[in-house]
Formats: sequence, C-alpha cells, structure tokens
Amino acid sequence: MSRAPDLAVDSVTGIDVSLAVAGPGARSYAFLIDWNIRLILAFTWYALGALLFNGRLSLAAPATPSGRWFVLVLLPPAAIYFLYHYVLELAMGGRTPGKRAAGVHIVTRDGGAPGAGALLTRNVFRLVDCLPVCYGVGLAAVALTREHLRVGDMAAGTLLVYERAAPAPPAEFRAQGKLDATGLEIVHELLARWAALEPEARLALARRVLARYAPGEAADAGEGSDGEALRRRLERLAGA
Amino acid sequence: MGGDDTLRERALAASLMKRASLWRDADARARRLARGRTDDAGDATRMADDYRLLAHDLARVRTLLPDSRAREYLEAAYARAHATLHHGAWRAGSALLTLFRDELPRVVVALAPYIVWSSAIFVLTVVAGYALVHRYPELIALFASPDLIASVEHGRLWTAGLLNVVPSSVLSVQILANNIVVSLVAYCAGFFFGLGTLYILGLNGLMLGAVFAFVSRYGLAGQLLAFIVPHGCVELSVMCLSGAAGAAVGEALIRPGQATRMESFRVAALSSGKLLAACALLLVGAGLIEGFVSPAPHFPLWSRIAIGAGYWLVMLALLSGRLLPRRRAR
Repeated sequence: MSRAPDLAVDSVTGIDVSLAVAGPGARSYAFLIDWNIRLILAFTWYALGALLFNGRLSLAAPATPSGRWFVLVLLPPAAIYFLYHYVLELAMGGRTPGKRAAGVHIVTRDGGAPGAGALLTRNVFRLVDCLPVCYGVGLAAVALTREHLRVGDMAAGTLLVYERAAPAPPAEFRAQGKLDATGLEIVHELLARWAALEPEARLALARRVLARYAPGEAADAGEGSDGEALRRRLERLAGA
Repeated sequence: MGGDDTLRERALAASLMKRASLWRDADARARRLARGRTDDAGDATRMADDYRLLAHDLARVRTLLPDSRAREYLEAAYARAHATLHHGAWRAGSALLTLFRDELPRVVVALAPYIVWSSAIFVLTVVAGYALVHRYPELIALFASPDLIASVEHGRLWTAGLLNVVPSSVLSVQILANNIVVSLVAYCAGFFFGLGTLYILGLNGLMLGAVFAFVSRYGLAGQLLAFIVPHGCVELSVMCLSGAAGAAVGEALIRPGQATRMESFRVAALSSGKLLAACALLLVGAGLIEGFVSPAPHFPLWSRIAIGAGYWLVMLALLSGRLLPRRRAR
C-alpha cells in the first residue's frame, strides 16, 4: 500500500492548497478512540439510569419495561452510540475527539468543511462499510483506493486529511551576505533553542553551522571556544 | 551569470522573509474567524486580502525555499485560510426549508422512473408471496416466525393485545427505529450494484404477500388489513421510495455515463439521499400511528382508512413540495 498523494485543491488565486490525505492507520486510530468514548458515555448513562430507576444495585431491565424506562434509560445511550459521529462532526467542522487526537479531519474535495447532507450520507454508508464485521468493507476500500476512501467518503465526496501541524512562525531577519534564507533560518532556529539544548549538543551544532556557512569563523571556533563565544559568532552571522 | 542568479534569489528570499509578521497576523485572523462568527465586514475583507497574500508568498516560497520551515508554515496557514474562507454559512432552519420545499420535489421528479420500477417490483413480489403460500401453505415457515404461525393457527392475530404487553410510546419508537434502519439499508444496499436493494424490496414484498395468504386461510385477512391500513399506506410507499433511491445508486455504479464510476456514485448518493430525509420523517409519523392507532381495538375501520389515506395524501403533498408555503413573487 503506497502513501496517498497530497490532495491538491484548486483555488481562485491559482495557487493550489496542498492537503495530506490520511491513511488506514490514522483512520483506525481515530475510530478506536471515538468508539471507546461513545461506548463509555453510553454505558455510563445506561448504568446510572438503571441504578436510579431500579433504586438498588442492579443494571437489569424491569420484567415489564415502562415507557419511562425506555425513554430515560434506553433511548439516550442508543442516541449517544448511533448519533455520536454525525452530531460531533457537524458541530466540530468535520472533527470528533478521536479525529482530533489522530490529527485528522474531514474535508470536501474543494478543501472546505463538509455540510450536513454530506456528513449524513457519509455516516449512513457506515451500514455498508461495517460489513461483514469490524469495518471489513470500509478497511478494504481504504486500502485499495488511491486516496484511502471508505464507501461513505466516496458517497459523500469527502476525504480524511491530516491537520497540518502548526510549526512555529518563522522569524523575520535581514539579508546577510554570507547566508542564504535557509541558512539564516537554521541559525535563527539554533539561537532560539540555544538555552533548551544540552551544552555539548549546542556546541557541536554551532560548530557545524559555522563550518558550513562561515568557514572563516569556524576556524577560530576550535575545540577550546566556549559556548558564549560561539553564540556571539552565530548572532553576528545572523545579524541579530 | 550564475552568481547573479544566486544573489538575486537570496535577495528575493530575504525580502520574502521580511513579511513573516504579515503571515502571522493572517494566520491568527484565520484561526479566530474559523472558531466563531463575525459581523464585521472589515474582518471579511481583510481575510480575503490575507488569502491572496498567503497564496502569493506561498508560491514564491515553494520556488525559492522549497525545503524550509517557512514553506511548512505557509502551507499550513494557507490551508487554514482556504478552509475558513470556503466554510459556507449554514443555518439549519433555512437548509431544511430549502430541502423540503425546493430540492425534494426535484429529486422525486428525477427519481420518478426508479419509483415506478421499485413499486412494480414490490407489488409483484407481494403477489408472488401470496400465490406461493396460497398454493403451498407450508412455505409460510420461510417467512414468518413460529410464534406468529401458532397465533394465527389459534385464530388470533399476533397484533391482538399488543398494547397489553408494550406501551404505545415504546412500541412506536421501536417500530419507527426499525423501519428507518430498513429504509436506510435498502438505500445503502444499492452500493452492491442495486442487488442489495432488490433483495430487500423482494424479501419484504414476499413476506407481506405470504403473511396475507396465510392469515386469509384462517379468515383473519380483514383484521390484518384493518391493522395495516392506518400506517401501512405510507410505510409501504416509503419502502418503495427507499428502494428507488437505492436503485438510483446502483444504476450510477452500473452505468456511470460520461463521468467516472466514483463521481457518478457520489452524485447519485448525494442527490437520492435527500429523499431519505423525507422517508425518515414520514416513518416517524407512521411509527406513531402504528404504536397508538393500529393496535388499538377501539378505532373503527372507517377511521383507520381515513387516517391511512389522509397521511398518504400528506406524504404526496410533502414529496411534491406543496406542504410548505412558497414565497409569492411580487
């Protein structure tokens, strides 16, 4: 099974939006978390409801269940279990707690958040995806399609994509004669993380950066150079 | 020359990186707007400007700094701005009104041939089930449970005294939940090239016909008809409607036409799926009637027929878009 290609979404600006498509691993991980959450919530409701309704330490249904038992004890857990995905995906813009933990979310083919109809269709087709057991059809479809789609996604025109991890915003810096922009970024990164790094590690990294981007400076920065001196050289190099 | 190019690229990259604070502002605005709503038109305008700025700078960064953290940051910020900008406004009330007033009648017209065919298949299987059990009564064991058979053999319908065992409210919810699931399964089963839908329509038709043939041998057909009429007119029609939606999905996979098979499936599923919303709504009403009216012995036959026919007319009005008021053109 190959890694899914990024989804390139056309934009009015002419610059496509690139979204990384999630595979079966991320899907299964998200599903298992959600399954546990809804199971725990549904069971907790049922257990508390049954204990309160029975008035004793018993989870068993009454011999002749009344309408109140049905409406207060049985119906809410069933609603939690079966409507969990649809309601949360609608409320959280294509996310559920499990999807959030797995770092994925649902998008339409134009990169936007899916609407109520698409989410409903996607969830209704779980009836096919879950066949014959343990989401067999869904997993097979995810494994066999190029964009890792289950049947519900094919029907609704949706995809599961990774949330792009938000890297720290790049620092502003001035142009320097010795460094290109990538080099400047590396030097800034090293300086920003200077205090957090182990002393030996930061000395070694500083010498390597200086050797690559300022060989003249690196010659001065021999084994004996202390950390403070190296940091000042890096700052000079970055023009900070 | 090569040195000039490098210098030029370096200068371009450096000038690009000076705009980092603009990217940060744009990303912060996209995050804020994605979380909530704004009535400030200025916010929306700035968001559109941000989107263009991010697109422009991302294009340059992809060329000048393809493996940099700046690119990673801009890709994420641009995707976020795109999602925020393309997140359509959605209001439940107006979406439902549009669905039931405008879209549903169009879907029904588009699915008309499928509705005719699935109804014909259902009627044929009802007749077939009736003929089969009428000719070979022992075959009822294929379609009905031993309890149902024993009850009828003792001259009683299994529905008699149903309300003594289960309250109407519970019965209604059980029935409507079961019917909605059957309806959804009939629709989804269309994915198996329509064969699943055909199977569910056929099985339900055969069962209905077979049970009618069986009860008529014991002189209980009139009682069963009186039980079915109030809810059955709509319930059986909804079965045919779900079958039609499933058949449309199946045909989209068998004969995709000019589009790809997946594209054709998507269009058919999303379009015919709208009919399922109406089906679910109608089944809620049918479930309530089946729980409160059908098993109650004090409703005379004429009132049962009136309820059944009345609800069926409501269904027709809903499907044709006449149930909800249209705004008059001035």
